[in-house]
Amino acid sequence: MSLATETAGLFDCRDSFAHAIEALAEGDPRIVVVVNDSLGSSKLTGFNKRWPERTVNVGIAEQNMVGVGAGLANGGKIPFVSAAACFLTARAMEQIKADIAYSNVNVKLVGQSSGIAYGELGPTHHSIEDMAWLRLLPNLTVIVPSDPWETEAAVRAAAEIEGPVFLRISRHPVPALTRPSDARFTPGEAERLREGDDVAIISNGTMVARALAAAELLAARGVSARVVNMSTLAPLDHDAILDAARTGAVVTVEEGSVRGGLGGAVAEVLATSHPCPMRILGFPAFLPTGSVDFLLEHFGLTAAGIANAAEELLTRKAA
Amino acid sequence: MPQLSADPRLNDPLPLIREKARAIRIAALKMVFAAQLGHPGGDMSVADILATLYFGVLRYDPKQPGAAWRDRFVMSKGHCTGAFYATLAEAGFFDRALLETYMGPLSRLNGHPNRNYLPGVETNTGPLGHGMPVAVGMAIAGRMDKADYRVFVVTGDGEQQEGSNWEAGMAAGHRKLSNLTLIIDRNGLQQGARVDDTNTLEPLADKWRAFGWAVEQVDGHDVAQLYDILAAPVGTREKPLCVIARTTKGRGISFMEDEVKWHHGIPNRAQYEQALKELQA
Repeated sequence: MSLATETAGLFDCRDSFAHAIEALAEGDPRIVVVVNDSLGSSKLTGFNKRWPERTVNVGIAEQNMVGVGAGLANGGKIPFVSAAACFLTARAMEQIKADIAYSNVNVKLVGQSSGIAYGELGPTHHSIEDMAWLRLLPNLTVIVPSDPWETEAAVRAAAEIEGPVFLRISRHPVPALTRPSDARFTPGEAERLREGDDVAIISNGTMVARALAAAELLAARGVSARVVNMSTLAPLDHDAILDAARTGAVVTVEEGSVRGGLGGAVAEVLATSHPCPMRILGFPAFLPTGSVDFLLEHFGLTAAGIANAAEELLTRKAA
Repeated sequence: MPQLSADPRLNDPLPLIREKARAIRIAALKMVFAAQLGHPGGDMSVADILATLYFGVLRYDPKQPGAAWRDRFVMSKGHCTGAFYATLAEAGFFDRALLETYMGPLSRLNGHPNRNYLPGVETNTGPLGHGMPVAVGMAIAGRMDKADYRVFVVTGDGEQQEGSNWEAGMAAGHRKLSNLTLIIDRNGLQQGARVDDTNTLEPLADKWRAFGWAVEQVDGHDVAQLYDILAAPVGTREKPLCVIARTTKGRGISFMEDEVKWHHGIPNRAQYEQALKELQA
């Protein structure tokens, strides 16, 4: 169903975003986009060609970009404000807080090429802090889709939500996950992609496919690992986390900082409601130079790295 | 259809505007004294601008605060809620009695305006430099819909030091948003010192012209001048309009006028009574 560009079985989810928003725009004239000279990197050149009058390019000015989004919503539009996640969230954080979340307006923020997608360009262009920064803002729904199908579904869901949403879109290629034919994306509901009783791996975004691959490796070692896709980071699915804790060990994996993001969110729930041994996998610092694949490998965010962390954690599990 | 909201007396709007400006100043003073909190200096400097807008210029219906046709007003200098809330109450968006709760526990009248608490507030402000980008977005939305509503935004002059104003100003000039009017409350003082001793704005008019705006400079306490400029139809003007309104911080209260300490100074009882007497005179 997705028109995402496929390369050797892998997909760039920005294409799924573009496909979904064009489909929405065909049926709803309120859909408009706001960009900061980021039409190409947001895959919105097609949208701009079809609806130039509904495309607002404010130039390289993120504070204005986010405020303009709030103003367009005031005029009854459904603006999707789309820019590289690093600049959208860090540069315009106060606008996101005051104009979008606190004002509680119907604006969709789309952080493109999130996480470490810009690899060698370094920490200025990485967006490993965004989940921590944004998930604590009241009113703001934060969605981190895992693959092309979920990206399209999340864009549609965002348009339906009457209120502010942050979509964290990746560009690092991911496989299309296997799901039952009747699978539905519901904001705020975690998705259990694999059953397991020994340990639970909770992840989102680009890390979900790797978590599933890790579960395969663990199965070969006789460890039964549950895989939970926590694609909605806010509001958080507490029940799914408490269920996961009943396995007795929880590993979180995210393409983001180990502080305050998905791992932090899960830890808050476990520490206050159901303490259990836990590992938080992600990035511990500003990253050194390297390609995306190198950095993921270097920091253990591979199937093998996740599986090893889970296995180590089992040794700490209560008897 | 849009209608002039204010009253039929608007055949000559100036007496009503003056009456409302006085009411706004008195209400703001009472609120600040009762709360022992607030920003009376800026409340007094902006009162004539707000009165002119709400009782001579803006089209709105307080019973339909979300009506699509309404003119939009953004109070970017969100700390001056004494004057802003008093204006909204005078305009009928809510009961004047609510003003007595200003900044009290769980009051809808927070120190900075919240659109989710009060009708008539378009966007939450407080951190400086936020109103302009939102107003630009409103003006673009109006353009997209070929709507005839206008968008007005008031910033302080110290607030002009925030870079976001210039991002927004550049975009508005580029897009020739003639439906957008910026009014700068040019009282010359910011929280800690004179604006032009801190980080000068001058030549302010030239800066806005260079950004593609039409610029008018007026006495911000002369409601006839304000009315003439702000109520004039957009006509053939193909640029956004910046009105630099020269004002006096603390205007109307002798001991507060042009004194930096009254940015957020709170009068004692004797000062309050003197101030009230002066405003009522």
